[in-house]
Amino acid sequence: MSDLFNSSLRQLAATLTARKISAVELATLFLDRIDRLNPGLNAFIALDRDKTLAQARAADEKLNAGAGGTALTGIPLAHKDIFCTKGWRTSCGSKMLENFVSPYDAHVVEKLAGAGMVTLGKLNMDEFAMGSSNETSHFGPVKNPWDVSRVPGGSSGGSAAAIAARLAPAATGTDTGGSIRQPAALCGLTGLKPTYGAVSRYGMIAFASSLDQAGPMAKSAEDCALLLNAMAGFDPRDSTSLERPTEDYARDLEKPLAGLRIGLPKEFFGDGMDADVRAAVDAALDEYRKLGAITVEVQLPNSGLSVPAYYVIAPAEASSNLSRFDGVRYGYRAPEYSDLAEMYSRSRAQGFGAEVKRRILIGTYVLSHGYYDAYYLKAQKIRRLIAADFQEAFKVCDVIMGPTSPSVAFAFGAKSADPVQMYLSDIYTISTNLAGLPGMSLPCGFGNNNMPVGLQIIGSWFGEAKMLNVAHQYQRVTDWHTRMPKESK
Amino acid sequence: MSRWEVVIGLETHAQLQTKSKIFSGSSIAFGAEPNVQANAVDIALPGVLPVLNREAVVCAIKFGLAVGATIAPRSIFARKNYFYPDLPKGYQISQFEIPVVAGGGLAIRVGAANDPNATATEKFVHLTRAHLEEDAGKSLHEDFHGRTGIDLNRAGTPLLEIVTEPDMRSSAEAVAYARALHSLVQWIGICDGNMQEGSFRCDANVSVRRPGEPLGTRREIKNLNSFRFMQQAIDFEVQWQINEITEGRAIRQATVLFDPDTGETRSMRSKEDAHDYRYFPDPDLLPLEIRPEWIAEVKAGLPELPQAMNARFQSEYGLSAYDASILTATRAMADFYIAAVAAAGAGNAKTVANWIMGELAARLNKNDMAVDASPISATQLAGLIQRIADNTISNNIAKKVFEALWNGEGSSADEIIEKQGLKQITDTGAIEALVDEVLAANQKSVEEFRAGKEKAFNALVGQAMKATKGKANPQQVTDLLKKKLGV
Repeated sequence: MSDLFNSSLRQLAATLTARKISAVELATLFLDRIDRLNPGLNAFIALDRDKTLAQARAADEKLNAGAGGTALTGIPLAHKDIFCTKGWRTSCGSKMLENFVSPYDAHVVEKLAGAGMVTLGKLNMDEFAMGSSNETSHFGPVKNPWDVSRVPGGSSGGSAAAIAARLAPAATGTDTGGSIRQPAALCGLTGLKPTYGAVSRYGMIAFASSLDQAGPMAKSAEDCALLLNAMAGFDPRDSTSLERPTEDYARDLEKPLAGLRIGLPKEFFGDGMDADVRAAVDAALDEYRKLGAITVEVQLPNSGLSVPAYYVIAPAEASSNLSRFDGVRYGYRAPEYSDLAEMYSRSRAQGFGAEVKRRILIGTYVLSHGYYDAYYLKAQKIRRLIAADFQEAFKVCDVIMGPTSPSVAFAFGAKSADPVQMYLSDIYTISTNLAGLPGMSLPCGFGNNNMPVGLQIIGSWFGEAKMLNVAHQYQRVTDWHTRMPKESK
Repeated sequence: MSRWEVVIGLETHAQLQTKSKIFSGSSIAFGAEPNVQANAVDIALPGVLPVLNREAVVCAIKFGLAVGATIAPRSIFARKNYFYPDLPKGYQISQFEIPVVAGGGLAIRVGAANDPNATATEKFVHLTRAHLEEDAGKSLHEDFHGRTGIDLNRAGTPLLEIVTEPDMRSSAEAVAYARALHSLVQWIGICDGNMQEGSFRCDANVSVRRPGEPLGTRREIKNLNSFRFMQQAIDFEVQWQINEITEGRAIRQATVLFDPDTGETRSMRSKEDAHDYRYFPDPDLLPLEIRPEWIAEVKAGLPELPQAMNARFQSEYGLSAYDASILTATRAMADFYIAAVAAAGAGNAKTVANWIMGELAARLNKNDMAVDASPISATQLAGLIQRIADNTISNNIAKKVFEALWNGEGSSADEIIEKQGLKQITDTGAIEALVDEVLAANQKSVEEFRAGKEKAFNALVGQAMKATKGKANPQQVTDLLKKKLGV
């Protein structure tokens, strides 16, 4: 029983259904681990034992009744603090929302609670999801459980660290430019960003609306498939949510990979990637060839433009999305001001951190009269070109693979002084968001300093089931995803 | 003044008559307690998203059809970014580059509003566009002692902003256009037209120039919420601009407010402080796609439009252009007329028109009532007119019956005629007997008449009518008297 914290969701479900453990006991097991290990990691920024246990008791009632439960009933998880969670503080990692208690549940929160999952708490993140190292959180950085002197990645760094340290069996994340995949890679987990529109954004605090997607983070592809089953689906409250038939994302997990065509974009295997990352990725590709897959070279000629295009579009949308944080109705308001303009400027100057302000300024600039065409419109054109590149590539392959991040987890402060270096951490993940494609990261070994390396899989639009199949088959023959940091045992 | 040409364009915000807001499910009913009609979306909580209300789109399609405009098969919602406490998201969702309605226009009549004999000029005012957007909330500056209250009930109320070309050349034309538009939006049922509650608000862009010269610099008069203020404000502004130019000062582009107390316009902000709204397509909303089938469906449900009805009244009922335009000035007026004609018979269509525009209009005006509040229903008026047509009562008696109907003395003209014994005497024998009595009793007048005093004849007619209590046909009485007197 004591090793339940390293179990798969299926194992947990089986144990719960067999009533070998109660949902309350399972939640308590994790809450106790959080109490013990979180102070060294700073992954959780809101905990409420009473609320968690009340949810667990409700799950137990369903499980005791022997009916009405789902594959996830009674299994604990934690939410990135970007998701509005009724009765919980929902801060988005910002001083701006330090005291904001959400009066409603995000669609994703509602769906997972509806599936019987138990909320362990809220997870730290880069402020308003703007960051790749979790160093921009108002609540302090999250530490990487594999080496606490290193970053966990971002912006879903709290989610990644919590799972890596086995403080939660699963978590929600969001990915605007790599915020699920990059921390998953840096912490040795599996994380999936769905196709844009597959998961409702309702109740997820917007960073860049046309790029944001919520997705599952867990130890394995199989776990991600089960979570995605509960998270995805049409929501009339999100106009960009797609009305498609419900699908079982786990349906193809066991399909053999013989004949699978893996596209390798030469742009992903250039100079930018560290040698240790390359070695792990190459080894993973060999493993796939052993499983019967073939690799083909593909081209994504415009992928080099993805970072500049992203850093026009995302800040532009963010500058407008974050206007609602004005100190008028909720959130932080400066204690002293002499008029309306000062109330706005002081509340926002004091309530937002440096990176958020930088992006609001960039976004305001690129949308300004006289600059709009040169920046925003041009970036939108590049975006279409990038999507067209992928469309072309998927004519000759079923999935695309490459590194998730050019390096393993870096030390705190290594990149925080240089925003451009930081932005380049997401060089392999950003184009997926611009194209609206699904992407995953799964652990594929260890690099320098024994830090995890992530393999990225990019699927075609709505190719989640295929991606999960490809990831799961790899995880059947490797055990990277079961490894955990020593200190977490 | 003749040396100057006035150029006016109007922007009108018409609040659409939907049940709920344009991007949320909250009610838009007027007058609720502050903030009770503001849900999570309206107050812009973190994480909420807009969902377009299709009813608002239907209103826009109706309007586009009614003004002969092009309805865009694909239009875009854009964010207009600015900070204000009653703008919860920090941006207004509007349409910028591609509006839902483009082009079209409105025919207006100027110069003969209250006078059938004056020559009215017809004019066509072209529309630039009409687009959908959300309203902001309200800032309440009273009652809070140095603080400002925010009421977000109105935030997210659907608006159609209707923009004209700079086609109007006088305040009278501007008011005629505004009235025609005001009537049209109510006619097609997309706006209640309540100007006091702000359901229909106009901004006027005014400039002056010497005829033939390029357009002058305009100033925009904001929030004109009555036709009278519009006229006053434009007249003042025009004179002000002419004075400025005459005195050698250039007009600077500005936004101005009209103060009804002083009758003056004053500058609110100049172009230099104008916002950069940083418009960009709203990524939370998909492009608005309107298929031809949707337009056809809306078209099928559209009522007969005033222009068409006006033409039909002239051709079908033989009404004058003036009468037809008065009777189609508002939907309520047209509905009343149509109902009255239906009850009275098409043969009485002209008489019905005369009674509505004469007796009824006068009485309604006197009591400051709209036609849909008339105490005399269309059916009642038709009943009265039918009794005139079949000679049951004379025109004079009809006025008495009208009076009685107005005062609710009976439920129909027939009932009043019966109860009050007002039926016209048509029995020639009975009238002859009365005439004989009158002649016998007024020998003096008879002699005077025979002596050549024409006036004496009128006195005899009067006596005879008096004897019949007005119920005899005056022509019949006159004829009989003449016969008896051998004239």
